[in-house]
Amino acid sequence: MFFQQLVNGLTAGSMYALIALGYTMVYGILKIINFAHGDIFMIGSFTGLILVKQFHMSFIPAMLLSMLIVAILGIIVERIAYRPLRHSTRLGPLLSALGVSIFLVNFAQLAWGTQTRSFPPSFTIKTFNFGGVILSSIQIYAMVVAILLMLGLHLFVHKTKMGVAMRATSHNVNTASLMGIKVDNVISVTFGIGSALAAAAGILVGLYYDAVYPVMGYTAGLKAFTAAVLGGIGSIPGAMLGGLLLGVCENLGAAYLSMGYRDAIAFGLLIIILLIKPTGLLGKNIQQKV
Amino acid sequence: MLGVITQFVSRKQAPMILLFVLIILPLAIKSDYLMHVLITIGLYVVLSLSLNLVAGFTGQLSIGHAAFYGIGAYVTALLMLNYNVPYWATIPISGIITALFGLLLGLPTLRLQGDYLAIVTLGFGEIVRLVFLNWDSVTRGPMGLPGIPSPEIGSYMFFSKIPFYYLILVILIITILFMVRVAESEFGLSLIAVSHDEVAAEAVGVHTTRAKLLAFTFAALFAGIAGGYYATYISFVSPDSFTFMDSVTILAMVVLGGLASIPGVVIGAIVLGLAPEVLRFMADYRMLLYGALMVGMMIFKPEGFWGANKRVRNVILKNLDKSHHLTKRGGTNWPH
Repeated sequence: MFFQQLVNGLTAGSMYALIALGYTMVYGILKIINFAHGDIFMIGSFTGLILVKQFHMSFIPAMLLSMLIVAILGIIVERIAYRPLRHSTRLGPLLSALGVSIFLVNFAQLAWGTQTRSFPPSFTIKTFNFGGVILSSIQIYAMVVAILLMLGLHLFVHKTKMGVAMRATSHNVNTASLMGIKVDNVISVTFGIGSALAAAAGILVGLYYDAVYPVMGYTAGLKAFTAAVLGGIGSIPGAMLGGLLLGVCENLGAAYLSMGYRDAIAFGLLIIILLIKPTGLLGKNIQQKV
Repeated sequence: MLGVITQFVSRKQAPMILLFVLIILPLAIKSDYLMHVLITIGLYVVLSLSLNLVAGFTGQLSIGHAAFYGIGAYVTALLMLNYNVPYWATIPISGIITALFGLLLGLPTLRLQGDYLAIVTLGFGEIVRLVFLNWDSVTRGPMGLPGIPSPEIGSYMFFSKIPFYYLILVILIITILFMVRVAESEFGLSLIAVSHDEVAAEAVGVHTTRAKLLAFTFAALFAGIAGGYYATYISFVSPDSFTFMDSVTILAMVVLGGLASIPGVVIGAIVLGLAPEVLRFMADYRMLLYGALMVGMMIFKPEGFWGANKRVRNVILKNLDKSHHLTKRGGTNWPH
């Protein structure tokens, strides 16, 4: 029972972590909460579904192509809705993001209807039994894909020139631009990568829960955001840790306490963490200077 | 057009004329639908004015305001359904209970700022909604609480939209008067000081802890009263009416109207309250347009329809003037 819930929690957690990375990377650089991120995740899920169902693509190419499409969408959203507001008040981008979120949800409802859809059972679901702990092939898929993508991101951020530029920009935008880094490009790349990871998560979530619907980005977005804050918003390893931790906590909580309060556990945990250590588990401590 | 009006109407007369128009309006409107739209807008104005106290004056970003609205609605509904309490008696009870929750949510503001505070308010809003949804024995979960009775005065029962219209008008007027008093008081100035720079405010003697806690408490109080009104007006409450999107809508009214500006917030609530109705001809596309308009508004007019800067400056200047007169007449330096 315990190990089963642990495995389920790790599966959900690895998907939260993928979405949380988008929040945390954008926050790290722009210091804005991209409330439209959950809906970008939803668009990713739908794109994958359409590629699989209507274009009869197999899983891996469909996922890669939808990651590309959604990355472009993320970059466009940043150009239109966030870039003009970069020097406005803190509330400006927040409300603009909410506007984008409303737009995307309603676009999805108009384009694909409000009913819940599901992926075709294209690959037979196998279950494996490891000493009482049951693992489905989708769970293994989800965890492997999540781990590969996170490894890829880690290498990108630490080994490439663009990755160095991203880290420099998240330390200080002005200094980075003085060092010759094209901050606009870095921000575009950040949005692109974050959105692509969300699209991958969208397809995995759609497969795992067997449901794709226009408002799916709402809860998933809030949870992933919680995960990002839990780990320390702005920190990439923090988002990964936060995602896994949140997934495990809420699955164990739902199993041993109460099913209905699964989401409340997540938010309660969030508030407690913020009150005890506002910067999250791995966040940087910033001293306020007077 | 505006020039012609201002020629005949002075600043003092304008609110009176507006009030008169609002009082006789039900005589001219015969459609229940239009009355419902007006009542909804009235409710939105009260809600956004209450949020403005926190988000506007005090500058504390709160995106869980629908929670207070919901708590007020559920407390009123439960009192009326389970204990047969008359509506009028539930107003102070649900107001005070909601205000206590406001105080509770205000406590984290002492430690957290900016986005982190916004996240806590968001989490609070979600937890409250999830409690409504899961506390089956009391709230009946997703089925909600139907059959909430209408208010009564003696043997007169509120049967049509017209008495409800006058009730929300009274609540609205009380709210506006309260907010105007706050804006022009020392307490209001201390809130504005907190919103500009907390450390500086503390340094000049503003009791920032008290200011922030009071702002949250009063904001919750008015939202709770609005919630109670909603419960008796719609006669049904369910968790679906108090979601994150509702909190966002209220916040959008405050920001699009103009943070910390009372006329601005009123206009914001009217415009955003009317928008879904006016855009109805676009049918399915209206929410799509609503989202796009919100983005456009933030890009092209980020200070809102009626920005507050001028207004805040006026209040401060007025207060400086007062103190100036007092010193000239040999009084104390600051009026207390």
